[in-house]
Amino acid sequence: MIEIDEVTKSYGGRPVVDRLSLSVGGGAFCVLLGSSGCGKSTTLRMINRLIPIDSGVIRVGGEDVTQIPAQVLRRRIGYAIQSIGLFPHWTVEDNIATVPRLLNWRQARVRDRVTELLELFRLDPAIYRSKFPHQLSGGEQQRVGVARALAADPELLLMDEPFAAVDPITRDALQAELARIHRATGKTIVFVTHDIEEALRLATVIAIMDSGRIGQLGTPLEILEQPANDFVREFVGRQGLGLKLLSVRKVSDRLRGGEPAEGEPISLDASLSEALSAMTARRADRLPVCDDEGRHLGIIALADLVR
Amino acid sequence: MTSARGRINIHNQVLLTLAAGGTVAVAAAGFVSYAPNRLLSGQPITLWEAASGSAVTGIGLLGAMLVAAAFMSPGKTLHYAQAALAAVLLLLVLAAAGQAASALSFGAKPAVRISLGTAFWILAASAALAVVDALQRLGAGSVARLLTAGAIVAGGAALAVAGAFDALSIAREYASRQLLFADALSRHVALVAGSVGLAVVIGFPLGVAAARSPRLQSPLFAVLNLLQTIPSIALFGLLIVPLSTLAAAVPQLAAIGIGGIGVAPAIVALVLYALLPVVRNTAVGLAGVDSAVIEAGRGMGLTSQQIFRQVELPLALPVLLAGLRIVTVQAIGLAVVAALIGAGGLGTFVFEGLGQYAVDLVLLGALPAIFLALAADFILQTLSAVLRRQLAQ
Repeated sequence: MIEIDEVTKSYGGRPVVDRLSLSVGGGAFCVLLGSSGCGKSTTLRMINRLIPIDSGVIRVGGEDVTQIPAQVLRRRIGYAIQSIGLFPHWTVEDNIATVPRLLNWRQARVRDRVTELLELFRLDPAIYRSKFPHQLSGGEQQRVGVARALAADPELLLMDEPFAAVDPITRDALQAELARIHRATGKTIVFVTHDIEEALRLATVIAIMDSGRIGQLGTPLEILEQPANDFVREFVGRQGLGLKLLSVRKVSDRLRGGEPAEGEPISLDASLSEALSAMTARRADRLPVCDDEGRHLGIIALADLVR
Repeated sequence: MTSARGRINIHNQVLLTLAAGGTVAVAAAGFVSYAPNRLLSGQPITLWEAASGSAVTGIGLLGAMLVAAAFMSPGKTLHYAQAALAAVLLLLVLAAAGQAASALSFGAKPAVRISLGTAFWILAASAALAVVDALQRLGAGSVARLLTAGAIVAGGAALAVAGAFDALSIAREYASRQLLFADALSRHVALVAGSVGLAVVIGFPLGVAAARSPRLQSPLFAVLNLLQTIPSIALFGLLIVPLSTLAAAVPQLAAIGIGGIGVAPAIVALVLYALLPVVRNTAVGLAGVDSAVIEAGRGMGLTSQQIFRQVELPLALPVLLAGLRIVTVQAIGLAVVAALIGAGGLGTFVFEGLGQYAVDLVLLGALPAIFLALAADFILQTLSAVLRRQLAQ
């Protein structure tokens, strides 16, 4: 979906992004992870040409982005930012409809799309459609911001620390929603954050960035289990490494088939940290496991978590 | 010890203060003044000597009711009553002045002049402020304010059309200059509209440029600030030489009326004074638009023009309108001074009156100018408030 090939961006002679290459497949949730100033935001903003590229090539869907007029390119790519930037003088509906209207969609189609997106984000269209941004909570504003980015059904969504400014509880809910929407829509997402927990939770692939280069590219599990160098090891953090590992592994990895157990079952898709949490809370050393339809599949045992 | 029931509570100090001021003025100062002719200063005549018994009784009664209102516990009904009573009082004071003038001049020599006295002005101002106080306590919106102002103005206009003020000196000055007055008023409005229009045409692009390039800001604002510090009379004078030289050098310009005196230097000076508020408010308004909003707009593929027209301009509009309001009110006042260099307008009467020591002639120029300024301020303020509410935040 996206190929970044030897791309460099310098400010005042100092490279912020340094001969960076990265390939993101269709449907991936790629998180650019790094501390501030590592070039992750610059990389993201070169994809939709908000920042011009000094050298190298970025291709989206096989097309060199510099060969597409900037406005046309941006209307094809969803874009959500930390400060949201909803138009304060437009209603929620007008905000979400921005790009569809730029693309001259018919009125009825725009309206249906707004309804669909509000429902996707669990905002009642009857109530929220005509509200103004200042009437919304921070979490609701960011939902509308992401809905607006998705409005014209782009194949690719760029998100620049979209949840960094909301409170932890709202952030947790928004992350869960984004993960759900990613699964449901299969969009390719490039997501910038400095929060390792957020990256581990959302990403299918993580690119850890350091001084304008990629320190390591891999799945969350690979990053945790086989850090490529000292920088990655340092960034991931040795403290709590075990808990982070549990958070990226699934119950399905440790399932013991066939055995019976008492109590509320846990989902096959739950993380091992969720399983550990449930065991601790219930003072149990094993939990029944079921699939999405609620069929009993087996158990997960405390001893298996540390295998 | 003191039961709450027996105690008297003052609920509206503003109203009580206004009533006290009005009472003192009526007791101590003349309601109208009587002069044998328009050049001599007049003798003050008190309200009860000048006005008819029914008018005096009516004013006293309304005043007493307003005083009573100050002691009643506040509520919507009370505030509506206060607004209505004060509005009627204001119109009654106007009518009483007119009636007093016609009674005093009845049978007197035609040269006799009856002018408005100190007590009239204080009484009228107190009544007007009581209306404003009631509207504020009601939290009245712009529409309610507009309707109230409209009703009072309509009442005053009806009295004027009915000839209630004809015997007053200011009306006599008007009567002898009816055609000149219409000319002066329209010239005044044209001077203001022309200069404000030009200032917007020149100042708006400058303001946009200043908002876009911070490096342009300090030299630009230095020049505009300097212009503001020049006294208006001096600026009008300073323009005489360059403009007359220009007119002498380019006869075509002289042919369309540009010269050292007249409308041209007046417009130039008014535009120069209007530039700073227009440029500053444009720059501040645009700079005040949240950069995240612009970033989001760019990221979604709006062109710079679309961002300017659909996002920046509407969000900056309340501040732009505030600038327009300052400039318009300022220009209405400054245009009075422009009469000095032969630009015409309401200032003609002011300076003519000053020269003849005829206060009522000064008022004939000054009152409409004040009225114009208040009306412009009110209308633009209402517009800006409506827009602000629509744009929220």
